[in-house]
Amino acid sequence: MTVRIGVVIFPGSNRDIDAINALEVAGAEPVTLWHDQATLDGVAGVLVPGGFAYGDYLRAGVIARFSPIMRGVAEFATAGGPVLGICNGFQVLTEAHLLPGALLRNRGLRFVSREIAIAPERLDTPFTHALGERRPLRMPVAHGEGAFYADEATLDELERDGQVLFRYVDPTTGAVAGGEEDRSNPNGSLRAIAGVMNAAGNVAGLMPHPETAVEAVLGSDDGLGIIASFVASADARERSAGPALVGAR
Amino acid sequence: MKLPLVEIRYAINVRPKPGILDPQGRAVEGSLGHLGIDGVSEVRVGRRIELMVEAVDDRAARAIVERLASELLSNPLIEAFDIEVLEGSSSLVGTPG
Repeated sequence: MTVRIGVVIFPGSNRDIDAINALEVAGAEPVTLWHDQATLDGVAGVLVPGGFAYGDYLRAGVIARFSPIMRGVAEFATAGGPVLGICNGFQVLTEAHLLPGALLRNRGLRFVSREIAIAPERLDTPFTHALGERRPLRMPVAHGEGAFYADEATLDELERDGQVLFRYVDPTTGAVAGGEEDRSNPNGSLRAIAGVMNAAGNVAGLMPHPETAVEAVLGSDDGLGIIASFVASADARERSAGPALVGAR
Repeated sequence: MKLPLVEIRYAINVRPKPGILDPQGRAVEGSLGHLGIDGVSEVRVGRRIELMVEAVDDRAARAIVERLASELLSNPLIEAFDIEVLEGSSSLVGTPG
């Protein structure tokens, strides 16, 4: 049986169709989860897609956090269920305290919509195991509030505990990007962090869009390994009815 | 029963915490030169939310506003807030005691 993955749709989500397509390309059966439903319909994993949930009023992601579906997602995550947030979905998961840190207005002040590259910090996680090797992955970013922020102590902790999942890198050399003056770091994220995991290793978020880079016809299929890792982990967890495939240290 | 209800109008001022880069403030500061103004620096942009609270007494109303401010209106990681009473609070109405 094909693994069923939920795609949460808030008013203002706009990357849900891309997420659904990516899950299909990765061999999963996407199940749409509307923001005002309280249950997850028995899905094996949850993808929170990009967009402008509830218009991004007040702060990106904060209103979405209090929607009925997010109570279900929080319970699912606490029980070890795999959850992936992309772009606005990442913002929603940080506001919901399911992921550490916050996403600030891009340091360059502008909305940034272009191709960038990221590289995984680890290949032993539910979100990266299918990537096979560390190399630059080309995919788009499209956001105005994507500068990853946490205080210095928290950043040190995230690095120590292996919770930094992706960093922005030079697309050619794979070298980790510098600060806001480095074009490889599109939003001025601290320590060039593009994506993080929770301590348990079953919830992850990233600002770039792997779900729109899953077929060569889209310009890149470098994102497919991330979606495929997530789908395979959800599938493995469901089959074993145990904990996520690989946890954080 | 605690009666009567109090109706208090509050303002919550949310601002970026010290040390948090504030790109909006930086943009505003950057525009000052165009106005021919100098001597202005350290511009920080926050937001102000005004609202009316009905509760059994001042203390209950305040508790509601503090919860709203810390859980919804601000993100404690990056923002600080203060609460102003605009009108309606009075020791005449429902002060707990």
